[in-house]
Amino acid sequence: MKKIIFGIAFIIFFSFLIVSAVNMRTFGEPIISEMDDYFIENAQSETGANNVVTSIVFDYRGFDTLGEATVLFTAVVGIVALFRGVKR
Amino acid sequence: MKEMSRIVKTVTNFVYGFIIIFGLYIIAHGHLTPGGGFQGGAVAGSAFALLLVSYGSLNSNKFLKKDIFSLFENFGLVLFIVLGFSGLGITFFYNFLANSGSWFGNAAFIGINPGDMNTGGVIPLMNIAVGLEVLSAFGVIVLTMASGAEFTKKKEKS
Repeated sequence: MKKIIFGIAFIIFFSFLIVSAVNMRTFGEPIISEMDDYFIENAQSETGANNVVTSIVFDYRGFDTLGEATVLFTAVVGIVALFRGVKR
Repeated sequence: MKEMSRIVKTVTNFVYGFIIIFGLYIIAHGHLTPGGGFQGGAVAGSAFALLLVSYGSLNSNKFLKKDIFSLFENFGLVLFIVLGFSGLGITFFYNFLANSGSWFGNAAFIGINPGDMNTGGVIPLMNIAVGLEVLSAFGVIVLTMASGAEFTKKKEKS
């Protein structure tokens, strides 16, 4: 009985996924693209870097990278604090 | 962690320098090619994990020092924050070196071009800072956990 219910739920869920995948927009043509167009147009002349992704990560969205670096630092501090009493 | 066989150690001796150089290449060319500080740091940090696994934690403590890695990690994060603060004349994280003609200050060609190392303003310096931090964070994590595993094994035996 349980298996039948799970099977029906799985089929409904999977058909939902397939329907939504078929009805997706064409790849690379978003409806709202003002921000993307701005980055692609102006990133090279404003930051001087050829790699637009790096110019976004380190220049336009610098706070995001600061947060990532801080998260990594916090992880290291946590691991060192966890194993600190071990070596003496 | 015991050291592995002679085959693994010989292959490690051949390979680890190339892995570190490749990671440094990805870090240094972060503003021109795909990749950047995080990716290159992860690549270079995997070389230290390879050294630790093949040589064992007791032997590799002689040439991989945890304190030096920790120092470099703090230095990378502080350098990143200092670079963010030094654009504070206009805003935090302002790219004050771009198109200025000084360090990394050449103007980039617009459109598809092979690229110039001397462009990008503050971005290559930030790539180096983040790469240094990620690389040494990997080293610290791997070395600390290896020493912890060694301690646990010793305790289980006694």
